[in-house]
Amino acid sequence: MIRVKDVTKVYENDGTVTEALSGVTFNVDRGEFVAIVGPSGSGKSTLMHILGALDIPTSGEYILNDSVVQNLSDDRLAEIRNNEIGFIFQSYNLLPRMSALKNVILPMMYAGIGKAERTKRAMEVLKELDLEDKINNAPNQLSGGQRQRVAIARALTMNPSILLADEPTGNLPTLQSDEIISLFEKLNKSGRTVLIITHNDEIAARAQRVITLVDGKIVKDERKRK
Amino acid sequence: MTFLETLEESVSVLKVNRMRTLLSILGIVIGIGSVIALMTLGEATQRSITDRIQSLGANLLTIRPGSQQQGFLKMNSTENTSLKFDDALAIQESPRITTVSDVSAEYSSRSQVSFERNNTNVQVTGVSGNYFEIRNISIEIGSSFGPSASDNYEKVAVLGPTVVEDLFGENANPIGQSVRIGSSTFKVVGVTKSSGTGGFSGSDEAVYVPLTVAQDIIFGKDYVSAVYVVAKDQTVIDAALNQVGFFLLERHSKENVEDADFSITSQEQIIETVSEVTGTFTTLLTGIAAISLVVGGIGIMNIMLVTVTERTREIGLRKSLGAKRKAIVMQFLTESIILTIIGGLIGVLIGLGVSMIITSKMSLPTTISVGSIFLSVGVATVIGILFGWYPARKASKLQPIEALRYE
Ligand SMILES: Nc1ncnc2c1ncn2[C@@H]1O[C@H](COP(=O)(O)OP(=O)(O)OP(=O)(O)O)[C@@H](O)[C@H]1O
Ligand SMILES: [Mg+2]
Repeated sequence: MIRVKDVTKVYENDGTVTEALSGVTFNVDRGEFVAIVGPSGSGKSTLMHILGALDIPTSGEYILNDSVVQNLSDDRLAEIRNNEIGFIFQSYNLLPRMSALKNVILPMMYAGIGKAERTKRAMEVLKELDLEDKINNAPNQLSGGQRQRVAIARALTMNPSILLADEPTGNLPTLQSDEIISLFEKLNKSGRTVLIITHNDEIAARAQRVITLVDGKIVKDERKRK
Repeated sequence: MTFLETLEESVSVLKVNRMRTLLSILGIVIGIGSVIALMTLGEATQRSITDRIQSLGANLLTIRPGSQQQGFLKMNSTENTSLKFDDALAIQESPRITTVSDVSAEYSSRSQVSFERNNTNVQVTGVSGNYFEIRNISIEIGSSFGPSASDNYEKVAVLGPTVVEDLFGENANPIGQSVRIGSSTFKVVGVTKSSGTGGFSGSDEAVYVPLTVAQDIIFGKDYVSAVYVVAKDQTVIDAALNQVGFFLLERHSKENVEDADFSITSQEQIIETVSEVTGTFTTLLTGIAAISLVVGGIGIMNIMLVTVTERTREIGLRKSLGAKRKAIVMQFLTESIILTIIGGLIGVLIGLGVSMIITSKMSLPTTISVGSIFLSVGVATVIGILFGWYPARKASKLQPIEALRYE
């Protein structure tokens, strides 16, 4: 369902040219659980943004569910971001000054889900992530780990078929981190495709497939037999 | 998202970002308020000036005795006796003078005026004809006296408010009382309006009596100090000046204009100066309005643009969660409209309040400059909405990641 063909991403700032991705090609099938690893600055987040339809490649093609993402209309892309992909940012990206509940509700609001229904769903997900007593706190009134969990909750509320997580457990203690990964495994078992960036070998070990990026290139792509 | 939801979302964003909201509203309030206050003040001042000029009588010619050229210094030490009441009569009655509608003469000199034990030394003016109408002197209480008073040697007097205060005390009603002027007794029939409250021409420190009484009984003089001639309308002022001038020249048996023993000044000269002044004033007003609009506009623009970084990130985030371009533009537009409506209302109220306080403190006519309200609200709304909407529209076209990284 995900096909990445010779994708490059070049950043140009004040004459300095950075090639964050240089010719990345791979496919991900429906229901896979993929870990993306690699040193800092190797292009993992850049790749994830492209997969999440949040950015466009400089060259190459990204095909999602048989359509070339670059060619889709802005509105269609919004729909894909809204109900097909759940994206967890490395830096959370919560709406400042708005409560945790409001942040989780936001995608459902854009999906046109009714007020009662979206509040109910948001509460359920927040509860599952142990945040029921923090629903009225704004992001700046939450700890790093709590913010990370609000960001995860927000990505899950729309029941996306693809979950893209950029270091979703970087700020969480091992126990909670394990719980989140178990949650991802559960979602994966129920048919969802999960791609997760991680620096944690244990988490990578739990994935069925590990893609290693170095300097914007895939240097290793291992599939495990379970 | 429905319209109601967009509205709800905008209100919650405005509520949550209290400081930003207050500053934006303040920018709009100041922008609108200052334009309205400045323009109202300007218009009120302009109106007050033109009102006062109009009250001087635009069609008036003043004839004074004495030659036109007296060297560099105007010699006032010796009284000029060349102008007589008969001259005024002749101007009025001559069939050759066709451009004049009314004539009045005055003789003016200082004299002692007393009531019981109070006395004061003031300018006493003997007047003939419809002097009060011609010179636009308004009466506050009682009435003035007409042309017949002079013909019949009536001993009546109209006092200026300062004279009333000096003789009778503050807020006294002197109508019907008798005052002594020189050695005669006069019945007070009227009090003129104070020049501070709209009676511009005429002095507060004046006493008016019929001309014949002043000439024969008080001062014992047979000449007048000025003759006022009213031209039929503004277009014949120059013609009237020439007609009266040559008529008097002939009456006084003078050959050349240089020999004239009188001078005529027209109100038109004053009017010309004044219209120059009001012209400058109008330009000034337009300038003030333009500057305050620009200042107010920049204020609004700034506060809208200051938040652009934060707002761009917000737009990036909303887009990455599935907001369509239209939803974003609608939200920001709604926010701007709410801000300009609230700021606009407060601004109009404050602007009107401030201008009312200032005009009443300066005893200017209270005008509401409707133009300034429309202008300022219009410009503030356009700027507020433009600078709320335009950056939002621009940001909504970025890739979500680019907007999120915006600095
Ligand atoms: N907007 C940008 N402009 C210029 N260079 C950029 C930009 N964003 C990323 N880069 C560069 O692209 C490269 C890849 O960045 P990326 O964020 O994808 O790394 P990463 O693998 O996610 O690293 P980390 O593990 O530290 O999160 C880096 O060298 C980075 O400096
Ligand atoms: Mg990264």
